[in-house]
Amino acid sequence: MAKAKVTFSDINVTVTVPAGVRIIEISEKVGSGIGYGCREGECGTCLMHVKKGRQNLSAPSFLENKVLQENMAGAHFRLACQAQVLGDVTVEPA
Amino acid sequence: MTSLTFPDCAIPISNRVHWIGAFDPLLRSFDLILKTANGTTYNAYLVRGQQGVAIIDTVKEEFAEEFFKRLESVANYDEITLIVLNHLEPDHTGALPELLKRAPQAYLYISHQAQSMLKGLLKLDEKQLQFKPVTTGDHVDLGDCTLEFFHTPYLHWPDTQCTYLREEKLLFSGDVFGCHFCDARLFNDLVGDFRFSFDYYYAHIMRPFKKYVLDALTLLEPLALDLIAPTHGPVLRDQPRRYLQHYRTLSTPRKEVVDKTLLIFYISAYGNTARMAHAIYQGASTVTGLRVSIFDLQGGEVEPFVDLIEEADGIVLGTPTINGDAVKPIWDLLSSLAVVNLKGKVGAAFGSYGWTGEAVNMIESRLRGLKLRVPVPGLRIKLIPTEEELATCQTFGQQLAETMTQKQAVRELDFSQI
Repeated sequence: MAKAKVTFSDINVTVTVPAGVRIIEISEKVGSGIGYGCREGECGTCLMHVKKGRQNLSAPSFLENKVLQENMAGAHFRLACQAQVLGDVTVEPA
Repeated sequence: MTSLTFPDCAIPISNRVHWIGAFDPLLRSFDLILKTANGTTYNAYLVRGQQGVAIIDTVKEEFAEEFFKRLESVANYDEITLIVLNHLEPDHTGALPELLKRAPQAYLYISHQAQSMLKGLLKLDEKQLQFKPVTTGDHVDLGDCTLEFFHTPYLHWPDTQCTYLREEKLLFSGDVFGCHFCDARLFNDLVGDFRFSFDYYYAHIMRPFKKYVLDALTLLEPLALDLIAPTHGPVLRDQPRRYLQHYRTLSTPRKEVVDKTLLIFYISAYGNTARMAHAIYQGASTVTGLRVSIFDLQGGEVEPFVDLIEEADGIVLGTPTINGDAVKPIWDLLSSLAVVNLKGKVGAAFGSYGWTGEAVNMIESRLRGLKLRVPVPGLRIKLIPTEEELATCQTFGQQLAETMTQKQAVRELDFSQI
């Protein structure tokens, strides 16, 4: 299975994960400051800043894009409960 | 019962603006969380410009007729060109569906974050709604006057905004600078003593969002102000700037120490969780740059602990497991934290147990639910901790302290380890 490295720069932790895992499945377990609300892509609480490798996350869905727009989030921001890891990426709380 | 007579027509508050809200003197509990000893008001306003009439917010649904009666006393529905919604909570949008029926030509002005709420509220398709999302720098012209918008989110919902009528130096502030206080005399220089209500409202509604309050004050303080028109309580025309200063005082951190602060709270039935707590305290205290404190929950009241937690950087909670659960004083403390901002603080849990030991995981889940981060896995010890286990507790405390002071080395983990 393809592997990828996810770095949480707010806590200096890098986790090697199987491709396809969502950020939400990793960040809470290692104690990153990314916070969660609804956990289903609606509330925007888990907005995160993608510092490196944004092309290595799954493309945002129509609904995620809508929430990002409503939160006036730029191209370097994603919802941690939605984004799947496809390659190496560095993230931090927004 | 109330001894005051409430006027049933619109009340002028400035040259172009009328108050068209509603009085609710008999309300005794608001949104389940606030007591309202003399009721509240739902403040809505009407602005008359040369090229149209704007409605600023509406009222709770059951007071809609009162609102429409006041509106009709100063304007016709076909004159309404726009409706500004500074906050979409139902006590301010209850009359909106009916208002849109009576003034279908009106355009809605809302914040960007309010868009999904508006659709949820009106249960209408996007195409059926005429609305414009606005933010700081946007404005709408009413001919001889202009409404300017200010993006002030989380005061106290994500959607909240303020609207400024520059020609009258009048700020429609939404819930900010509001309070639950019902007095027919309406203006702050005429009504009874509402200082307690003002501070109580802040403590329960705005306190969790102090950072956002300070951001909003930075936007609003440069404005010339003759009058603040909030959505609840008295209209502030006497020394309005005093209320901004008071909000700044209430929202500015009291903490003077430069070190990070870690608070350890525990409760112990047989002294085992207490032993763990003190070992964690010792371990955490070995790290410089961190002020560590330890408290037995049996010896204190919840409220001052909430004040301490608000300004701490991390909390550690120790509880035994009794009947498969953490004990009540721990849950009482956790359920009292909704009034403070916890996002990003470090949290951790530990405890001694006799049989199943579920409490630690439960507390960790709750801490995450409250948006704390839990960087060090919880520590559970069966019954009486050995010397070796107490050393593990010390290491646990040290790890937490190092994480909080960013002394922890860069870590590389595999998914299977977390």
